[in-house]
Amino acid sequence: MKELVVISGKGGTGKTSIVASFAALSKNAVLADCDVDAADLHLVLEPKIRQEEEFKGGKKAKIISAACTGCGKCEEVCRFNAVLRDGPPNYLVPETFLIDPLACEGCGVCAHFCEDKAIKFREVVDGELFISDTRCGPMVHARLNVGGENSGKLVTRVRTVARELAESNGRDLLIVDGSPGIGCPVIASVTGADLVLVVTEPTRSGMHDLERVVKLTGFMKIPTVVCINKWDINPEITAQIEKLADQSGVHQVGKIGYDKRVTAAQLMKSSVVEYTGGSIAQEINALWRNVVYELA
Amino acid sequence: MKLAVASGKGGTGKTTIAVSLALALAGQGKVVTYADCDVEEPNGHIFLNPQVEQKKVVTVPVPQVEQELCTFCGECAEICQFGAIASLPETTLVYSDLCHSCGGCKLVCPTGAITEIGREVGYVEIGSAKNVRYVAGRLRIGEVQSPPLICEVKNHLDRQGINIIDAPPGTSCPVIEAVKDTDYVLLITEPTPFGFNDLKLAIGMLDILQLPFGVVINRADIGNDEVKRYCAMENIEVLLEIPDDRRIAEAYSRGIAAVTASPELTGKFVQLFKTITRPREKQLR
Repeated sequence: MKELVVISGKGGTGKTSIVASFAALSKNAVLADCDVDAADLHLVLEPKIRQEEEFKGGKKAKIISAACTGCGKCEEVCRFNAVLRDGPPNYLVPETFLIDPLACEGCGVCAHFCEDKAIKFREVVDGELFISDTRCGPMVHARLNVGGENSGKLVTRVRTVARELAESNGRDLLIVDGSPGIGCPVIASVTGADLVLVVTEPTRSGMHDLERVVKLTGFMKIPTVVCINKWDINPEITAQIEKLADQSGVHQVGKIGYDKRVTAAQLMKSSVVEYTGGSIAQEINALWRNVVYELA
Repeated sequence: MKLAVASGKGGTGKTTIAVSLALALAGQGKVVTYADCDVEEPNGHIFLNPQVEQKKVVTVPVPQVEQELCTFCGECAEICQFGAIASLPETTLVYSDLCHSCGGCKLVCPTGAITEIGREVGYVEIGSAKNVRYVAGRLRIGEVQSPPLICEVKNHLDRQGINIIDAPPGTSCPVIEAVKDTDYVLLITEPTPFGFNDLKLAIGMLDILQLPFGVVINRADIGNDEVKRYCAMENIEVLLEIPDDRRIAEAYSRGIAAVTASPELTGKFVQLFKTITRPREKQLR
């Protein structure tokens, strides 16, 4: 089984639209949406949820206000400014302490040092993971709660479940929709992948972000290829990107022209190749064939 | 004043709008700081061409074990929730990439064998571009901890003037770090199913943080009217609609700000700022 991860550096370059078309073109793949804090692939593939699991990313501290003596040790040891002097009064003190769950990093240091054992440190649910069926094959996706910690851990969990699903269903390819950026969720989604496809656009921002993301995958030693989406918006920068890719040893596997039918397809909950034929569909088909060739 | 520009979905125009707003307000004689908090992929410098006067490396504290003082008791490994310390019978190993800098190991060590050294997470640049003050963070490639760097960028905001914070996309911890403690959040979206879905996620985040916000619809004529209908129904203010304009897109591709390419937008951004800052009841839904 091979694993392809689609990322972009810059957001909004067309990752999800391309992954949806790949899903429609693939014959024997499992799909995974690893953009867990702004997932969109389900809007096109309309998954029917078959199984759900809670995602527990880590622990959080909570002060039992009735037991708090207001000593302030928790506030002193917390490095994340998560301890507030906002708790309700109790029979001992007029003001107790309180943990801001959004600021809590889940380190447990406050609970360890609380002499009154007034701090509970327990696992919390940070999101949900779904195993679904779509018209293009099985799909694993997730929803991270607002401010949910450990998006990287959830990404890793989505990939693990998707890989197990592929193995048990005899599927030979896993297609992963990644997130923008170069941080924690991106690192979690590309680690150990067989191939990374970076979807970029011919803008100075797109090119700048491509450079950073290619450095990341290079540093992690993951084979990387690039596709220039909406290439005809600025042919000059497209040429510069092609040169940059060449110098970085990154194969350019496709160029897709700007086409209003991409938005039209999204409005119809359809991938581009399901929605239309013509040049755009041919370009995506050619990209898909090149990616399959690179994976082999 | 601190004004954050955010979006759930990437590529909706956060940087375009943050930069244009900064330039439009500076053109009115206001004291404006543009702060790039999209530290994974910062792009503001492409449009502002700032003169960088100062570059500060940002580090987070990670443990270092003095093996001669260590009794291999394992308390440090036990308190660590992040798997960043392994205690073996004759050595204690630190995996500093996994460390969240909570300092717990140092506090529990009975022999004082743990001290802290800095791990570089990136750097902050401070400078100016014409009449806009410029601050930005750049995450070190391979680094996972962006919130401490975002926090450091925000430590360089201007206490008196107007600060425009360009936030990263999404709804998780880096975005929360960028938007928290701001006075108002501009949510940028586009009227497509992806844009609408991610807008709702971002609104859910701001409702929990209890921050006032309004919506800007970029490329307002490309999709459908779901975003507008939703905002009307939920009583959310749509502050500005920017039509899809090839001139703006081409200028963007070359690193030219929207207000430079389409000067008629300047007035709209000035008006947008007036709308945000007009006196009102605290606007929480």
